[in-house]
Amino acid sequence: MQPLLALARAVDRASAAVGKGVAWLILLAILVSAGNAIVRKAFNMSSNTWLELQWYLFGAAFMGAAAYTLQQNEHIRIDIVYGAFSRRVQNWIDLLGHVFFLLPFVVLMAWMLVPYAWAAFQSGQISTNAGGLIIWPARAILAAGFVLLVAQALAEIVKKIAVMRGLIDDPHEFVSVHKAAELEGAALAAEVARLAAEEARK
Amino acid sequence: MMELIAQNMAPIMFLSLVVFLLIGYPVAFSLAANGLVFFAIGVWLAPYSENTITLDWPLLFTMPQRLWGVMSNETLLAIPFFTFMGIVLERSGMAEDLLDTVGQLFGPIRGGLAYAVIIVGALLAATTGVVAASVIAMGLISLPIMLRYGYDRRVASGVIAASGTLAQIIPPSLVLIVLADQLGRSVGDMYKGAMIPGLVLTALYMGYVFVISMWRPQWVPALPPEARTLGHGVTSLLVAIAAVIGIGYAAHVALFPIYGANADILGATIGIVMIYIAALLDKATGLNLMSRLAQQVIMVLIPPLALIFLVLGTIFLGIATPTEGGAMGAVGSLLLAALKGRLNMGVIRQALASTTRLSAFVMFILIGARVFSLSFYGVNGHIWVEHLLVAVPGGQTGFLIFVSLLVFLLAFFLDFFELAFIIVPLLVAPAQALGIDLIWFGVILGVNMQTSFMHPPFGFSLFYLRSVAPKQPYSDKVTGLRMAPVTTAQIYWGAIPFVVIQVVMVGVVIAFPGLVMHYKGVTVDPAAVEITMPALPTLNGGGIGGAPNLGAPVLGAPVLGAPKLGAPVINP
Repeated sequence: MQPLLALARAVDRASAAVGKGVAWLILLAILVSAGNAIVRKAFNMSSNTWLELQWYLFGAAFMGAAAYTLQQNEHIRIDIVYGAFSRRVQNWIDLLGHVFFLLPFVVLMAWMLVPYAWAAFQSGQISTNAGGLIIWPARAILAAGFVLLVAQALAEIVKKIAVMRGLIDDPHEFVSVHKAAELEGAALAAEVARLAAEEARK
Repeated sequence: MMELIAQNMAPIMFLSLVVFLLIGYPVAFSLAANGLVFFAIGVWLAPYSENTITLDWPLLFTMPQRLWGVMSNETLLAIPFFTFMGIVLERSGMAEDLLDTVGQLFGPIRGGLAYAVIIVGALLAATTGVVAASVIAMGLISLPIMLRYGYDRRVASGVIAASGTLAQIIPPSLVLIVLADQLGRSVGDMYKGAMIPGLVLTALYMGYVFVISMWRPQWVPALPPEARTLGHGVTSLLVAIAAVIGIGYAAHVALFPIYGANADILGATIGIVMIYIAALLDKATGLNLMSRLAQQVIMVLIPPLALIFLVLGTIFLGIATPTEGGAMGAVGSLLLAALKGRLNMGVIRQALASTTRLSAFVMFILIGARVFSLSFYGVNGHIWVEHLLVAVPGGQTGFLIFVSLLVFLLAFFLDFFELAFIIVPLLVAPAQALGIDLIWFGVILGVNMQTSFMHPPFGFSLFYLRSVAPKQPYSDKVTGLRMAPVTTAQIYWGAIPFVVIQVVMVGVVIAFPGLVMHYKGVTVDPAAVEITMPALPTLNGGGIGGAPNLGAPVLGAPVLGAPKLGAPVINP
């Protein structure tokens, strides 16, 4: 079990690095999009390159962050029944879900998307829009996102088994969506109070 | 037996989806798994189905192309942009300034603080689509003041919880973006369609406060004189507003020959910019021609109005697509936060992290829904749903009422992303079969989903308020008096009148399609509508009883076939 756990932790670190890194692409997408609108209005210039770049960037952000979101247990669930179970049952639901719901889906998608990206790379296919971008990087993003999800799904399975055997601590105690909303509110309130205090000091 | 199962695959699949979702595994992957399982079963049973199942393995290999479609969807790009904008704004302290100032402006009248909360709620709603931020700011700033001066706890918490949800229906809201995307309509049209109902709803809330102030004045007292820190000077403010209207109108007349229908938005902009400069000069030079109140109101109100123009104005004028409007709003919110000295690396990093997380889970629900729909359509599920829903008695109205009830109930368990991606696509065909305009339909769905945010006991707005409302007895900062906490029951009871208003509003939108359908005709003037808002409470004497009057389609009955003036240019 230990070598598997070490491997799972390595996957965790990789997804976390990717998931945090790609967040900056959203800022980049915002700047590209705003710039686009301004340039088009001010100089009457429009370029599909930049239009396509916006969603390449956003695509990279959400595909890249999917595995990290899974790791952080942030993909939303309907917890009205789930929340009523004991943690033991919840663990079983998660484990079976990882094995029978998540894994087949991401493996299938990765299996389809890798050749899909590879074909675009070999043919050097370019977007049909005038001035459009080359296509394979976007497809590679899709494929890479799912490959990372496969790795993360395996890591989650290993960690879940370890948790259920009592080998490691449970990283995510169950918090209902409504409780989470309350916690989010409290955190935000604390943040606002902190900022106000800071301002008062100035 | 096999034939029976094969020919009833659609209901079986739908019921098993309910089970899959209720187990509590993440929605995105449960949807995908359900789709894949039934794809396999469907292919296996297809020979027994008398052609009601049209699934075969090659079809599964269209999945990469479907994922490509999800990724290259320019409309949904607006989701991260507006989310980011909302989070940055909530750190910028704009809401706090607005609440302080507008509270001072309206404080001296009965129910004034409640009006202020509603107005600020609408203003915040028009800059961002984030409910949490509005409710929390109001709960922190306005609630203690309301409690200090003797507001009824139910009224105070109800007004706050409800006003926060305006962010869901007043453009640019995330709900409207995903609804527009799923209904296959332009976000710009959806925004135009939702604008008037959003404002009518705001007016209805104010009408409720007005009724309370007549019926139970002690529940919504005016601020006592010692609490009016900005002093008097309303006359000066009225003069300033008159000046804005004058300048704006003059500019409108001057610009009309060149810019046509867009002249009203441009004229309003010019008027507002002029008065802002005047207020800045007045303060900087120490002339103080305006009262302190007028100065403060102008200086605090203009930045959000500018932001609203930057986002909604550019979208309605057709300068920017909604996505670009979102991006410009995000940049604008960064500038605003920087001007207030609230921008730092931590804020940006945090906002980006939250935005990315939200994007990942929302987009994956959509991806899961695409897998589900591939199979569900393959087993003729859409035809099954259409037959079921078209059979609802009462034609258009019956269908709309039924769907409203359905969404209202489902919203207890599903959040609006799930509703929009799973349920809404199934409703498109029956709605079209009944000749229902999809923008109108979208706005009705939007109001229903908004209601779920304030509905006890599951409404998120109530939880956000709960997190900042005092749970224990506390001493008031100003008076030093011992104050009772706000109980959860009080929050629930306070929300109920607003839920009733929402139900009335759904009825009004169903009864008066003209409220929405003007999107087809002349462009609405969001800037002008926003500016006149502070004057609304006096105009609104009718209260709840006056709903249908308020709901009268002032902006003209739908002009069918009229050219879409100023419709936003949507890039392919």
